[in-house]
Amino acid sequence: MTSGFPASEPMIEIRNLHKTYRLGEIDVHALRGVNLSVARGEFLAVVGPSGSGKSTLFHILGGLTPPTSGTVHIGGQDLLGMTDAQRTDMRKSTVGFVFQKYNLLPTLSAADNIAIARDIAKKPRETDPAFDQILDLLGLKGRLHHKPRALSGGEQQRVAIARAIVNHPAILLADEPTGNLDTENSTAVLGLLRDLNTRLGQTILMITHNPEAAAYGHRIAKMRDGRVVE
Amino acid sequence: MARTRGCYTRALIHRLVLENLKHRPVRTLLSATAIGVQVTMILTLVGVSQGVLGDIAARSRGTGADILVRPPGSSVLAFSGDMPQGIVGLVRKEPHVVMATGTKVQSIGNFDSITGINLEEFNAISGGLRYLEGGPLQGPDDLLIDDVYAGAHKLHAGDSLDLGLQWRIAGVVESGKLSHIFAGIASLQDKYSAKDKVSVIYVKLDDPKNLAAVIDSLKVKLEDYKVFSVDEFVSLISVDSIPILKRFTNVVIGLAVIVGFLVVFLSMYTAVLERTREIGILKALGASPGYIMAILLRETFFLAVAGAIAGVLMSFGTQWIMRVFVPTMPMLIVYAWWPWAALIALTGSLIGAIYPGLKAARQDAIEALVYD
Repeated sequence: MTSGFPASEPMIEIRNLHKTYRLGEIDVHALRGVNLSVARGEFLAVVGPSGSGKSTLFHILGGLTPPTSGTVHIGGQDLLGMTDAQRTDMRKSTVGFVFQKYNLLPTLSAADNIAIARDIAKKPRETDPAFDQILDLLGLKGRLHHKPRALSGGEQQRVAIARAIVNHPAILLADEPTGNLDTENSTAVLGLLRDLNTRLGQTILMITHNPEAAAYGHRIAKMRDGRVVE
Repeated sequence: MARTRGCYTRALIHRLVLENLKHRPVRTLLSATAIGVQVTMILTLVGVSQGVLGDIAARSRGTGADILVRPPGSSVLAFSGDMPQGIVGLVRKEPHVVMATGTKVQSIGNFDSITGINLEEFNAISGGLRYLEGGPLQGPDDLLIDDVYAGAHKLHAGDSLDLGLQWRIAGVVESGKLSHIFAGIASLQDKYSAKDKVSVIYVKLDDPKNLAAVIDSLKVKLEDYKVFSVDEFVSLISVDSIPILKRFTNVVIGLAVIVGFLVVFLSMYTAVLERTREIGILKALGASPGYIMAILLRETFFLAVAGAIAGVLMSFGTQWIMRVFVPTMPMLIVYAWWPWAALIALTGSLIGAIYPGLKAARQDAIEALVYD
C-alpha cells in the first residue's frame, strides 16, 4: 500500500505533538504533547470525552490543519514542515477519511462520489479488481447509481468507506463513523472496517466516544486534555 | 463500478457542474436569464441601429435621386438643418440636372419626422408614390403616411392625426421612399415658420455617367454645402460614422459586462456559501484550490453559454416586439454579433466568478466540514 515504506516502521509516529489555536485573543491548547505510534495494519480506536483533542488529532493526521510543534510521521512523511499544497497532495492518496455525517456530494451518484476521489488523485480511470471485491464486501454493487438522498445512512457510510479506500491510502481515518447510525447499521459498518483491516491490512485510526465501537479496534488509546493518557 | 471505470476525469467534473446547476434550477434559470438579458440588450441595440440605418439607406435609395445636397455643417443623420430654398433653383440650372426638388424635414419627436415635399417634383424623381388608400395631398392640412406608419398607429385615409398640429390623412402610400410621413412643403414651411427653407435637395441627372462632374461642379458653386452621390451618402450611414451611436453602443456593452459581473458574482457567491460542506469534502479528498476554482469557473461558463443562447433567442422576441409596437424602427438580427455578445457575457460572467471562486478555493476544510 505504501511502497518504499519499511514494513517494520510504525505507519503513524507522533512525538510531543502540540496544537494551539488562536480563538479571538485567546490561545486554545488543543493538543499538549501527544505521543502515539500506530503500526502498519493496526486498527486503533481513539476514545475520549469532548474537548479531549480527538478531532484535532484527526485533522492533523488528515493533513487538514498543520501541527504547531512536535513530529508527526505518516508512512514516512513528516507533516510538520509541509506546506498547504503538500498537505493537499498527501490527502489525495496517503489518507482516506470517513466522517460521522458521511459527507458525500449530494448531487453525484454513489459511483461518482467514489470516482471523484480517483479523479482528484489523478489516478487512472480503471479501478483494480481488488476494489471490485471491496465493493462486493461493502454490498454496494446494486446501489452505485443512486444519489445519496436515495441511500440509507448505512449505505451512505459504506459509500464513504469505499471512497476513502479507493486510492489505497496508507491510513484510513474514521471520525465517529457510527455516530449517525442505528445499532444494526453501526454493527455492519464496524464489521466492515474490521474486515478491511483483516483482509487488506488497512491501517485504521478510528475516533469514537462509544466503548462498544472502540472494542472493534486492536487497541484503544484514551485521550484527555490534549494528551494520550493510556 | 463499470460506469465509474470509463467516465470520470473531465466528464465527471462536467457532470458534477451540471448536477450542481440542476440542483438549484431557479437560481440557474434566473442567472442564465439575467445573463441572457444583457446579450439581448446588446443584440437589440445593434439590431435596431443597423435596422434603422438600413431603413434610412433604403428609403434614401427609394427617392430615385442621384445626388443629395445638404446645408453646411449638417451631419449624416441630422436632416433637419436648413438652407435657403433658392439653392434649389441654382442646382436646377446645372448642366445634366433633369430635376431637383427641395424637401423640408421637420422633427416631431419620438424619432419621427414629417418630410415636406413638392409632390409633383418628388413623383418625377422617384417614379411616383403608390397609393394603398386614399389619394394625393390636397389641402394644407393633408398628410400622406406610408403603410408602416399606418400599421403601427392603426391609421387609415380620412383619419385625423395629432402631431402637435392637427392633420388629415389624405392617403396611405407604399413604404420605401424617403419618409414615413409626407406633407406639402409649402404647408409644412408655413406651419413650422420655416418659409423658404429646405433641408435636403434631391437631384436627378440625365445620365449617371455625369455624376462625378455634376458633384464637382456643385461643390465649387455651393462652397461648404454637403454634396453627396446617393451611393456615397448611403455608405456613410453606418454605426461607425455616427459617433454618438457608437458611444451609446459602447456604454450598453459596458453596462452588459457590469450586469453580467454582478449577476454571476451574486449567483456564485451564494452558491459558494451554500456549498461550504461540498467544497470542504472536495478539499478533504485532496482537491487543490485550482481544482475547486475550475469547478466554479466551469459552472460559470455553462451559465454564460446558457445565458448567451437564451439572449439570442430573446433577441428574436425583441425583434417581434419592435415589429409589432415600433414598426418605424426596424430591428435586424445581426448574426455577426452573436459571438461578440456571447463573448461579452462570458467575460463579465468569468470576472464575476473570480472572487467567489477564490473564496471557495481558500475555504478552510475543517470549518466547512463542521458546518451545519
